[in-house]
Amino acid sequence: MFDAVARNITFLLGGFAVTLELTFFALTGGIALGALVGLGRISTNKWIYQPVTLYVNFIRNMPLILVIFWFYFVMPIIAGRPLNPFLSAVISFIIFEATYFGEIFRAGYQSISKDLTSAAYSTGMTYSQTARYILIPVAFRRMLPSLITQSIVTFQDTSLAFVIGLQEFVRRTSIVDNLEVRSIQLFGFVAIIFFIFCFIGSKISRHFEEKGRKLGMI
Amino acid sequence: MIEIKNVNKWFGDFQVLTDINETIERGQTVVICGPSGSGKSTLLRCINGLEPYQKGEILVDGISLSDSKTNLYKLRENIGMVFQRFELYPHMTALQNISLAPMKVRKLSKDKAEKKAMELLKRVGIPDKAEAYPANLSGGQQQRVAIARSLAMEPKYMMFDEPTSALDPEMIKEVLDVMIALAKEGMTMLCVTHEMGFAREVADEIIFMDYGKIVERGTYEEFFENPKSERAKEFLKQIL
Amino acid sequence: MGFAYDFDWGVLWRQPYGIWLLQGLWLTIKIGFVAWIVAFFLGIFIGTLRVTPWRWLRFISTAYTEIFRNIPFLVQLFFWYYAGPMIFGESLGRQINQIVGLNFYVAILALGLYTASRVAEHMRAGFASISRDQYQAVLSTGMTQYKMYRHVIVPYALRIIIPPLTTEFLTIFKNSSVAMTIGVAELTFMSYRIDAETFHGLEATSGAMLIYLILGLTVVRVMGVIETRFKIPGMIGRE
Repeated sequence: MFDAVARNITFLLGGFAVTLELTFFALTGGIALGALVGLGRISTNKWIYQPVTLYVNFIRNMPLILVIFWFYFVMPIIAGRPLNPFLSAVISFIIFEATYFGEIFRAGYQSISKDLTSAAYSTGMTYSQTARYILIPVAFRRMLPSLITQSIVTFQDTSLAFVIGLQEFVRRTSIVDNLEVRSIQLFGFVAIIFFIFCFIGSKISRHFEEKGRKLGMI
Repeated sequence: MIEIKNVNKWFGDFQVLTDINETIERGQTVVICGPSGSGKSTLLRCINGLEPYQKGEILVDGISLSDSKTNLYKLRENIGMVFQRFELYPHMTALQNISLAPMKVRKLSKDKAEKKAMELLKRVGIPDKAEAYPANLSGGQQQRVAIARSLAMEPKYMMFDEPTSALDPEMIKEVLDVMIALAKEGMTMLCVTHEMGFAREVADEIIFMDYGKIVERGTYEEFFENPKSERAKEFLKQIL
Repeated sequence: MGFAYDFDWGVLWRQPYGIWLLQGLWLTIKIGFVAWIVAFFLGIFIGTLRVTPWRWLRFISTAYTEIFRNIPFLVQLFFWYYAGPMIFGESLGRQINQIVGLNFYVAILALGLYTASRVAEHMRAGFASISRDQYQAVLSTGMTQYKMYRHVIVPYALRIIIPPLTTEFLTIFKNSSVAMTIGVAELTFMSYRIDAETFHGLEATSGAMLIYLILGLTVVRVMGVIETRFKIPGMIGRE
């Protein structure tokens, strides 16, 4: 029933490996940048708050495919030479996803009550000690379910790197489909693989959400 | 000794504290009461440097808070503070809550810090809850852990900001008992509270604040039996 | 910096390229609107199934939502476009593939089905945010479950979820860009096509970005008016 899939399995899984690679870099950069974006969004300094807010609100109106194209066109100009499409895609994802991660971080930072920070200071701890042992661990536990959910979204979004020719999972499937024309099997296969990973991911997210709720939604 | 001299504070254009003057000697227990919004909580937060003030001076053992050379962190080691909503660290057990600051600020070893924490838990009456997380503790238990957490730094002064206001009635007594014991042991305490039973038992002085000013002060008997100002009389009518 | 590139912003309004962008925009709007209508009604229906007393209906609703959420939209689109016709068998499938503008219809179908699952989720959240006491109050006036949902709960929940629905409406326009992968000549496709012809993709995509921005701001403004019109007095509105 899945004979076309079986015949081309190595080729297809090679594409999945690229998908995973893309996801890894997109997440690392996107979360790191998102943590900073979140800080910028709660800054009281308007020279920080306004540019960051502008950036977030602008990107959130843009389709991801367009952002991918834009970086694909802009990067060679800035670098002065043609650029590896993988790198261009990763940069697009980082810039794009950081806005969504940024909002998650912002909510996490803001959920820490001022008095919790005061309580830590009242025992003589410095700002960096308070941040390290109290603020960051508590905010992180609160944000973890949303971070996982958004990571799943990023994982799905990497499929759009298709449009600049990257040989990730979906593109390889469509290449095989052009040869074999067994579309139901092939696209069914991609769908099932994505489904399994994302479904498990969402269960993990829900697990952490329940755990957090039991600890008083820490 | 804590000296508060002519302290004035504004939030923007709004004045929250006006000409506050007060001296608290070692070993004294002072109770601050008054309607909400009268600046009581703000005053406490000025004393340990959590909030700045624009005019006047606060001296703790001779060290001025407005002096830029003052190390506020060291100052706060000497002034413990207990909050209305307990503010325990939700991701740590009771024991860890208490032992964190001694380990990180005083650089005590984990063993010494935890031993000390267990003693304090015994002192506030809940040694069996050492491994419990705040979410599994009642309000009264959480507040007692919070008191133990402050005591772990062996402060000279303890400040309480409406410590029983968020508690169900049946749990108020267990927290007040701990506070009364502390006061009788000689701790210098500054308490914002409406628990007049507590005030009657241990307060050396009662301060009544309204609209950011100290309107009246005196001993328990003076304040309750012979309130001088209209505002104080009105306030007492409402809470008694 | 290595600027071996001469900018040509005139590309944006020189014929025929400027028109292409506008034509693309028109298609984006058409796809977005029709897909939204599908998604809105289908989504409300599926979201409501979730709270019926019959287990298998609830299961269908949950299954629908989980399936459409956990598969990337691109994969869904490809599935309907390439594999979809084949489901009807060899001969009927080939006939379907001859339909002119098939990609346009499939794009609307795929986008509608996908977005409906998201609307259903918002619907569920809306129902959950209505207090149990409210439900009991309605039932105690003698209404059946069906009547309660139809006349009280569903309209109430809909108003509560107007803000997240606004976001979904915006998202539908953004997701319509994925249709370019099956050759639909919407806005993003057009900006790419301009690059294919003139090699001035940067200007073209920048122009497209501006248009999407205007589109987005317009949608927010319009939905804001709708929200005000249907606002429930006393409920927390947009700040």
